[in-house]
Amino acid sequence: MDAVTTLPTTAAPARVSRVRSSRRVADKLLIVGSTVATLIGIVVLGSILLMLIVEGMKGFSPLLFTEPTPGPGSEGGGIANAILGSLVLTLIGIVIATPVGVMAGTYLAEYGRNSKLADVIRFLNDILLSAPSILIGLFVYTLMVRPMGTYSGWAGGVALAIIATPVIVRTTEDMLRLVPSTLREAGAALGAPPSIVIKSITWRGASAGIVTGIILALARIAGETAPLLFTALNNNSWFSPNLMGGIPNLPVMIYQFALSPYSNWQQLAWAGALLITATILALSIVARFVIKSERAR
Amino acid sequence: MAALTEQISLARTGSPARKKPGGLGDQLFRAASYASALLVLLFLAGILASIAYGGWPAFAEFGLGFITSSSWNIGQEQYGALVAIVGTLVSAVLALLIGVPISIGIAVYLTQLCPGWARKPVSMTIELLASVPSIIYGMWGLFIFAPLFAHYVQMPVSSVVEGMPIVGTLFYARVPSGVGILTAGIILAIMIVPFVASITRDMLDQIPTVLRESAYGIGCTTWEVVRHVLVPQASVSIIGAVMLGLGRALGETMAVTFVIGNANRLSGSIFDPGSTIASRIANEFNEADGLQLNSLMALGCILFIITFIVLIIARLLVRRVKVA
Repeated sequence: MDAVTTLPTTAAPARVSRVRSSRRVADKLLIVGSTVATLIGIVVLGSILLMLIVEGMKGFSPLLFTEPTPGPGSEGGGIANAILGSLVLTLIGIVIATPVGVMAGTYLAEYGRNSKLADVIRFLNDILLSAPSILIGLFVYTLMVRPMGTYSGWAGGVALAIIATPVIVRTTEDMLRLVPSTLREAGAALGAPPSIVIKSITWRGASAGIVTGIILALARIAGETAPLLFTALNNNSWFSPNLMGGIPNLPVMIYQFALSPYSNWQQLAWAGALLITATILALSIVARFVIKSERAR
Repeated sequence: MAALTEQISLARTGSPARKKPGGLGDQLFRAASYASALLVLLFLAGILASIAYGGWPAFAEFGLGFITSSSWNIGQEQYGALVAIVGTLVSAVLALLIGVPISIGIAVYLTQLCPGWARKPVSMTIELLASVPSIIYGMWGLFIFAPLFAHYVQMPVSSVVEGMPIVGTLFYARVPSGVGILTAGIILAIMIVPFVASITRDMLDQIPTVLRESAYGIGCTTWEVVRHVLVPQASVSIIGAVMLGLGRALGETMAVTFVIGNANRLSGSIFDPGSTIASRIANEFNEADGLQLNSLMALGCILFIITFIVLIIARLLVRRVKVA
């Protein structure tokens, strides 16, 4: 205790730094380096958005939303069939993935919890979450396109569903785990069986979070291209309502048109790229705000 | 009276007369939930089974030679995976070499240096990079980045290093078109940055403030705090995040297909065009049949094995990571 009172009053001489210059330089380098790294990230995003807006707006006209994609070498045209096709494929994907994902997430959070099986499924689900989407395309090709003998919207939708499912499983489980156990116990004490407790207490408590997971999954699959190449492919006309044969969709249209020699095709590719990126960024921003407010609650 | 006491005693002892809550509906709900969870397993097993089945004829035809041969001749039906495997590994490793320092820099900036008001918008910007579809990165890489890269990097560097040993081969562009293995590596680096940076940031945030404060308290500079306190604390998770990034880089398809040049050639220069497993499948699959189709499936099988080993290691290192 004495040390405090007998501290030497002669402090280090003012204005002469005792920090070695090499330490100073290392510190400066870190600050400059990490600031530059952050700037790179911001500049890249800015430049991508700028490119899309500049190039995409050039070809923007109401015709985009009314005309189908033109054949090779023919003038004009729009991307209405691709927009509609993309909506249909994404919808099929999400309609299949939502019940499977929510139920599987419920199993992990409510029934399985810390069991061995739940651990294994949780682990493999995380792996499926980052699995290369092109392999999922090959899987669905073998599973559906080959036996049916034709590309189809159904195959495309199933491929997207397999990509969306792990996202929904993961967010559903995370969100259900945020619901306090005391609520479940209160429900059980009233005599409610587990399924009623889950449906009317835990699901209800986590509903905003579960919806966020579904929006995130939508954002994830809306721009997926690789799996659609082998399943839905593309074509330049309106598709038949039974969804058999190639189904026009934005990502594959962008891929084919951007690398084509026709200037009107390239123009349409840019317009499609702007449309799809704007949609996806809007979806992810919405999802982020919902998830933030949910966690803050 | 006697009947009532009998009933009460029955209830107390838990006789069969007492009905368990929930009936058939409850059982069905549980079964549906269980089945959905198992479906996730089935997806993964299905992917492996389908590509192994599709690729089997190619493995049977060429044996181990499939992996070591660099020929890809559609006319003579000779297929080998070497060029695609090397292209996949080299472009992914380049992506890590470029992307990881940038990611760690961003994480350090966000957790240590960034002023409070800017933290949220900057974080958000970096995370939004993860939502941009891969095909858009491909277009940006091909139409914006590649011309600049050809003009300001490939041409000057090529003319300087021409004729030098080793670097003269490694950095010489025969045709400075801007596309090639290094371009693919750079685009992949940008694509993995948001993932690696946000995991690293979360890990740095979780380190108890008291550790940081004590280091500053004994007079450490920011660099020393990062180097000797934060990074060692979070190192396992950072390696896990890097592996996760590697997993993404290995399987990335559309962006790479746009910028890698799609050549079946083993070249000593990282400026030259090449191809990866995923880009080759994307390019050729729709026109392929017979042995070529089987060979592409076999390529997919090799990609499956490589990525899944990497992802398993990653997930063991980073236990739980946010989805977005």
